[in-house]
Amino acid sequence: MEQYSSKVMEHFAHPHNVGEIPDADGVGTVGNPVCGDVMRLYIKVDKDVITDAKFKTFGCGAAIATSSMVTDLVKGKTVGEALKISNAAVAEALGGLPKVKMHCSVLAEEALRSALDDYYKKKGVPSPVKIPASSGHEHEME
Amino acid sequence: MLAVRNVYLDHAATTPAHPKVVEAMLPYFTDKFGNPSNLHDRGREAKNAIEEARAKTAALIGARPEEIFFTSSGAESNNFALKGLAQANSQKGRNIIVSQIEHFSVLHAAKTLEKSGFTVTYLPVDKQGLVDPADAARAINKDTVLVSIMHANNEIGTIEPIKEISAITREKGVLFHTDAVGVLFHTDAVATTGWIPVDVKALGVDALSLSGHQFYGPKGAAALYVRKNVRIKPQIEGGIQEDGRRAGTENVPALVGLGKASEIAAAEIPRRMSHIAALRDRLQKGLVERIDHLVINGHPSSRLPNHLNVSLWYVEGESMLLFLNMEGISVSSGSACTSRSLKASHVLTCIGTDAAVANGTLLMTLGMGNTAEDIDYVIEKLPPIVQRLREMSPLYEDMIKKEKAG
Repeated sequence: MEQYSSKVMEHFAHPHNVGEIPDADGVGTVGNPVCGDVMRLYIKVDKDVITDAKFKTFGCGAAIATSSMVTDLVKGKTVGEALKISNAAVAEALGGLPKVKMHCSVLAEEALRSALDDYYKKKGVPSPVKIPASSGHEHEME
Repeated sequence: MLAVRNVYLDHAATTPAHPKVVEAMLPYFTDKFGNPSNLHDRGREAKNAIEEARAKTAALIGARPEEIFFTSSGAESNNFALKGLAQANSQKGRNIIVSQIEHFSVLHAAKTLEKSGFTVTYLPVDKQGLVDPADAARAINKDTVLVSIMHANNEIGTIEPIKEISAITREKGVLFHTDAVGVLFHTDAVATTGWIPVDVKALGVDALSLSGHQFYGPKGAAALYVRKNVRIKPQIEGGIQEDGRRAGTENVPALVGLGKASEIAAAEIPRRMSHIAALRDRLQKGLVERIDHLVINGHPSSRLPNHLNVSLWYVEGESMLLFLNMEGISVSSGSACTSRSLKASHVLTCIGTDAAVANGTLLMTLGMGNTAEDIDYVIEKLPPIVQRLREMSPLYEDMIKKEKAG
């Protein structure tokens, strides 16, 4: 396997925003322990702006680092802006990910979308978030 | 790496070459560089060296020198055994039997044979990783030419009942085949050779794979034992080396190293077993006492002395591995995330380990360089890493909430 970038290792060793938000406005959980990673992302929203984001992740180094990075990226953004954050942006912000770990950035994007979807639902407005039928991710086979 | 201590607990991946092994090898890179196939003095010098190495390797496993065929790796030996034995005996039958927890170099070779018209029977294992000899007895039929069951599993350390299974293959061989060879039995002894006694006659096997770098020899030197009078089809053709069974100029320095490592192992095995098993037991005890929701994988007694395979609930293996690495501790992980296929270990899946906890697996394999202080250091460092990762884990959070809800 390719090695992790120093940015990935930094976020893995000292992840930002670990924890729960008990009164979160949106919570999303994606992934599957069988596949080796589960991410739960919490967001707090005030007047359409994401004021806080926290996460809990069961997963590899890349899964923890992408969770840390995606929570950093959404803070201070409007909900609309957050919807545009892609997995590629998360990976890029981390200085890239090994090819076999790109699915972790996909999972981070999905966790964010799932939390945003939950936010819209809690608010009682139609959610513009497209959630794939099977949450989680497809693994490339051997 | 600024860790206080460096503790290498990944001897199943590879071992360092013993200083005496390196010393023995060095002249064969420079002064004694000859090609063993040459008749001049330089050639004879190299030829004598590899024949001496062959005799030492043979002695380690109770074989005759002419029954040892050198290869480049355990994977090559396994491929050679599976394909070479099956193909050389295909006129007798086209069924081979392997266990589900074999190394991929056996399983993938078996798959290749399947594509060329062989049938392959996969024997299951129980929760501790043991093959039931009765399953082998039921599986062998008149079409069976080869059975391959590993001596010990490299991941969970379970030692298989090879003697019992070889007795069955002999008995069934007489029943189903008219020739003296009967049903052939190969064992992959890569995980056991050099660590516990391995004797081809006591085990009753026709072929056996071993690899030098697994027991303080160099990488690139391995062997396949093939019992006298057993036919095997070469997989690398084009030369007279290895009695025509494996072409290619011999890796003389590495083979000399394998011979030396075999000689050292033959003298040291009892000491290795007692030293390492005591440390392993200390490690196991220390971790069980300090970490809850922990599962020990493998067999409680029929196991390698240097193996400890544990699965920890609610944490993922690679993240533990990386944090341990920051503390100077090298271990291996059976988690999906460290394998390219992103699937949990096939061995853990076969012994019925819950797929969720299989991803939280650490394989710790000890060696002669480890000390009690090393083990205590690991016992001190691992529990807080596990706790930290659990506090970060949504699965742990859910479990705690469920427990509180009663």
